[in-house]
Amino acid sequence: MLRARGVTRKFGGLIAVNSVDFEIPRGSISAIIGPNGAGKTTFFNVIAGIYAPTAGTIELDGKPLISPPTGAGREPILLILPTIPFIALAIYSLLVVGGDTGLVEGVASVAAALLGFVGALLLNIIRPAWYNRLIKRIGVTRPARPNDMVVAGLARTFQNIRLYKSLTTLENILVGMHVHMHGSFLGALFKSRLVREEEAAAEQRARELLAFVDLAGMENELAKNLPYGKQRLLEIARAIASRPKLLLLDEPAAGMNPRETEEMTALIRRIRDELGITILLIEHDMRVVMGISDHITVLDHGEKIAEGLPKAIRTNPKVIEAYLGRGAAAGH
Amino acid sequence: MSRISTALSAPFAPVRAYFRKHRSFGIFVGVALLSIALPLLTRVPPFDGIQSTNAWVNAFTTAAIYAMLAMGLNVVIGFAGLLDLGYAAFFALGGYTYAFVASPFTGVHLPFWPMLLAGGVVGAIFGVLLGAPTLRLRGDYLAIVTLGFGEIVPITLMNADKFTDGVNGIGGIDKPSIPGILQFTLTNPWPMYGLVIALFALIMIMIYRLQDSRIGRTWDAIREDELAAESSGVNVVIAKLQAFAVGASIAGIVGVVNAAKITIVTPDQFRFAVSISVLAAVVLGGMGNTIGVATGAFVIYLFQSILLKQLNTLVENFNIPVLNQIDFLDFQYVLYGIVLVLMMLKRPQGIFPARRRMREFAPLKIGKRGLK
Amino acid sequence: MATASVTSSTAGRLLGTARLPLSIFAFLALGLGVLGIDQFVNAMTLGAIYALVALGYTMVYGIIELINFAHGDVFMVGSFVAMFISSSLLGNEGSITNVPLLGVSVLVLFALTIGVMALLGALIERLAYRPLRRAPKLAPLITAIGVSFILQNLIQFFFGPTIVTVPQLVPIEWSIQVSGSRVPLLNLFVIASSVILMVALQLFISRTRTGRAMRTTSMDRDASSLMGVNINRTIMITFLIGSGLAGAAGVVHGLYYGNTNYSLGFQSGLKAFTAAVLGGIGNTAGAALGGFLIAFVEVGASAFGYGRWGGAVVFSLLVIFLVFRPTGLLGSHTGDRA
Repeated sequence: MLRARGVTRKFGGLIAVNSVDFEIPRGSISAIIGPNGAGKTTFFNVIAGIYAPTAGTIELDGKPLISPPTGAGREPILLILPTIPFIALAIYSLLVVGGDTGLVEGVASVAAALLGFVGALLLNIIRPAWYNRLIKRIGVTRPARPNDMVVAGLARTFQNIRLYKSLTTLENILVGMHVHMHGSFLGALFKSRLVREEEAAAEQRARELLAFVDLAGMENELAKNLPYGKQRLLEIARAIASRPKLLLLDEPAAGMNPRETEEMTALIRRIRDELGITILLIEHDMRVVMGISDHITVLDHGEKIAEGLPKAIRTNPKVIEAYLGRGAAAGH
Repeated sequence: MSRISTALSAPFAPVRAYFRKHRSFGIFVGVALLSIALPLLTRVPPFDGIQSTNAWVNAFTTAAIYAMLAMGLNVVIGFAGLLDLGYAAFFALGGYTYAFVASPFTGVHLPFWPMLLAGGVVGAIFGVLLGAPTLRLRGDYLAIVTLGFGEIVPITLMNADKFTDGVNGIGGIDKPSIPGILQFTLTNPWPMYGLVIALFALIMIMIYRLQDSRIGRTWDAIREDELAAESSGVNVVIAKLQAFAVGASIAGIVGVVNAAKITIVTPDQFRFAVSISVLAAVVLGGMGNTIGVATGAFVIYLFQSILLKQLNTLVENFNIPVLNQIDFLDFQYVLYGIVLVLMMLKRPQGIFPARRRMREFAPLKIGKRGLK
Repeated sequence: MATASVTSSTAGRLLGTARLPLSIFAFLALGLGVLGIDQFVNAMTLGAIYALVALGYTMVYGIIELINFAHGDVFMVGSFVAMFISSSLLGNEGSITNVPLLGVSVLVLFALTIGVMALLGALIERLAYRPLRRAPKLAPLITAIGVSFILQNLIQFFFGPTIVTVPQLVPIEWSIQVSGSRVPLLNLFVIASSVILMVALQLFISRTRTGRAMRTTSMDRDASSLMGVNINRTIMITFLIGSGLAGAAGVVHGLYYGNTNYSLGFQSGLKAFTAAVLGGIGNTAGAALGGFLIAFVEVGASAFGYGRWGGAVVFSLLVIFLVFRPTGLLGSHTGDRA
């Protein structure tokens, strides 16, 4: 389903992820593990569209999703291009003609240049499909943005939970549904029937999702007032709300007690089984990883050193060395 | 105290529940009642001694204009969490837009009503014009750019005297009229009062609806955590642009009304101090709380235009030697500054905090239900 | 704060060190060529003042990431304090032709004004910014704008909205001839004193313990706190220095223009901030460079007959830089997106 080819990410001279190939089968629960500093989080952030890869591509369902940005230097040219004639005109009228006649024309051409610039900039922000095709033709590939990834069908949680703290749990979920709602600006102003129905349906769905992660009855609780374990659940629910094909979980069991961890493991399984969402997770807790993963990839020093079934990974000498060599506890 | 107030409000519970369900209607009724009550109040002492009812109504009209500006700025600052320090510039653009198409200066006389909308469109266009390049930047850079914009617009209006008649401004602006029924005049403040109050209610309803919509939720999300919002699929720049454009278009609309009310626009009416006074109203009323900031604007406006003026006459009457020299109206500007600093230090949620913001600034508490 | 841009190779590092003097030289030559000697000296003088003010912006931003909107007004108050000290305390009415007396008066004036303004700056930090250090980012920005407004209007309240004259201690007749043009000594004095202050600041930041503390605090406040740096003290010192420099700029402004007014801080503040952004906010050398650059743009605009539009040009420059190069010319501070 998701296929990474030769994904590399450098920070200055440091190679955080080095030419990693990787594949996630549809409907699986996959895990990335590795000692601290192995490049797990970097790899994860590349998939989530936060860092652009230095090299390599990522495909989703056979369609290219992320590739390294190219021709970044060419894009400002596109912004300035529509303004050049006006800027020339402005310089001519302000500096060469001068005086009152020059001023009028000069101001007008400066205004025209500004409009052209902002128009180009708006295209750049909104990124309509035809604009993307146009810039592709001149060799510009832009870095993916996290919100584009959500539209493509990826959703994620964060290692250090990032909720909308002073919104209620229900509102948190509703924000998560953003990409699948279509209420327009005017629709909101005039409260059109479409918008009212959509809002009602969304609220209904949000309540169901809260119930799914066992937060029923806490709809009006503020996110920041939830206990830690429940905040994790809420964050997962918010991610599911965008109806992803692939859910990326960044250390979902971090800081949880054994019981909560067990519940979390069960939840992850339910998400896959009941909602049919493929799952990729990074996790330190080996019990979690070994317990639920169908497929494990091990990174060390930014390179893939092993992959396969949990059983094989557990006994893989390279993996044991990577962990024990650093004095970290191996997971068995 | 809260127990007493709950006890007192208990009989009104069904009314409250009704208006919570039909909020737009509730706002409409509330504003209508208030707009009738305020002029009546000026007939009783001590208010009747201060100025005539007509003058009071005129003051209320200006206060409501100011309150609409505060509600518009609140969309930008309170909802989306963007600091806009040049809000008066959009107000100016609305005013000049109307002045260009309805005054002897250009000789064009377009009717008032469609221009209300045009003012909003002009405001939104300039909002996007300023926002598009800058909203991708850090929040504090936005503050300085809007500050500069707020400074450049009046300077441009002043210097481009060929188009704007410079410091003199454009006078003799047309008053609105409903052909065959009603002609607004400078001497009768009531029609303008009605118009402004109606617009006030309309804008408040619209803002509440936007806040509750999908768009309003994206504003909440980016204010709370921009990266998380992006990861929820929100296009952060577009959401900010929308907030900025909504704020600017409200200022544009209000600019048209204000120009039609006082029939003259000059660059001097739109100085930096105006932006700051609106900001002070927002901060005083509580960022994010629409009714709060509107009240804040009323309080500040009435305080400065009535109370400080009264203080002047009072001191004059008693002929107190030292105080006589002082024009208390000069204090209003220092007052804005003090409001901003003190509110931020002592009561950042505002005097009338929104339920939402109240929680935001409240200390963390462990969930009531706790761990099972 | 004052670190040069980080480059990976040795050659790059060499180029990095040479880049600054080279660009300064090219820039000065260009300015001289386009403007001619008279306007060139004017621009340099104005630039010296902007640079002094810009330093305060950039230092504070570097250390606590706050646009100190009140800084321009601290400069303005500085010019009033200088006026007050010069005319009321020292009893000056016009220029002083006795050279030793002039020297002493000017020194006393500088010392007192810098001292008073440094205290004011630290006071503002203590009262208005420190309590909000852990608050949401909007809060200190709003307080800063509030402080700016209070300062402005208090001065207007006490000194009125009109222009106030300041004694010009250095006689304006004194001048030297440079290739047929008369260059007033006053201008040279302004430029020289500013440059001395800026060099002193650079030495302070790079050589002293406190300077090092300032640099580490700006890089990572929590880490330097763990390393034993007293954060509150360091931030306080930053404000002391920044405001002191703004005070010096106030003195210089008064000596040069012979007047001041309450709205001086707002306009100059915006320009000085633009200078700080141009040079790369957080970078002290950059701020100085930016100050001169802005002055050249402004003087250039009026040389072409668009003096009234100087503000608009500077503002456009600010927006262009923020969009295309938010790290500024020498930026060391990353212009990350908030």
